[in-house]
Amino acid sequence: MIAAAFPYAQPGAGLIGGLMIGLAAAIMLLGLGRIAGVSGLAARATGIAKGGTPRGIAIAFILGLPLGAFIVASLTGGVPATFPPPALLVIAGLIVGFGTRLGSGCTSGHGVCGLSRLSRRSMLATGLFIASGFATVAAMRLAGAL
Amino acid sequence: MRIVIALLSGMLFGAGLAISGMADPARVRAFLDLFGRWDPTLAFVMGGAIVPMSLAWLIQKRLGKPLADAAFNLPETRSLDGKLALGAVLFGIGWGVGGLCPGPAIASLALAPAAVAPFVLAMLVGMALHRLATR
Repeated sequence: MIAAAFPYAQPGAGLIGGLMIGLAAAIMLLGLGRIAGVSGLAARATGIAKGGTPRGIAIAFILGLPLGAFIVASLTGGVPATFPPPALLVIAGLIVGFGTRLGSGCTSGHGVCGLSRLSRRSMLATGLFIASGFATVAAMRLAGAL
Repeated sequence: MRIVIALLSGMLFGAGLAISGMADPARVRAFLDLFGRWDPTLAFVMGGAIVPMSLAWLIQKRLGKPLADAAFNLPETRSLDGKLALGAVLFGIGWGVGGLCPGPAIASLALAPAAVAPFVLAMLVGMALHRLATR
């Protein structure tokens, strides 16, 4: 049904990848007692954030992300990706970096770990960043940037 | 041991991102593009991730401490505040502009390093600016 309505969607691959992401977050929670929030762990790994998760744990998790993606790309012959131009990426990166720290999390911490914990803060944050993402892309479309 | 667990968790997370299609900014932005060629894949990824994590939270309530660490270190803030809301709105803007959030961006350093580097570097600058602004 989904495949017929949205021929370019990948619900099966999305679901399998999502289960792996959730399992990874479950390992962090049950093994190490911590939230697998990428923005927080990235800030900790780089030393931008002090305290909280021990730095070695943050660095190991963050290094694991490209390593895991690299293994998949090697086994599957590559992961297709289309990136916006660098100028847009710089603007996007600045806002994402500042916003995720101000809002205490991103798609992983709030969207995966927080929603499944039924955290009110994460429900609000996830609702807001998805709504804000919808509005931003709609505005870009109106402005002729897409 | 803790380092190995964190590394394996990160690897599984990164592999999941690559398999799910979320390492492609065009696909992520297509989920946010309600008035274009909308692509629901991201909703399947989040739904898929929430299933094992929901079970994990149920198990967590029955554990006195994590399996490989001394104690749980979890966010305990409950109150909704302006910083949370403004931060989330800003993050959503950047997410829409770039089609990238922190996890896929960092994972993409192994897939398309030159293409994603401007985003990752700018993201770290944004994080550092937040730290400077709040000290």
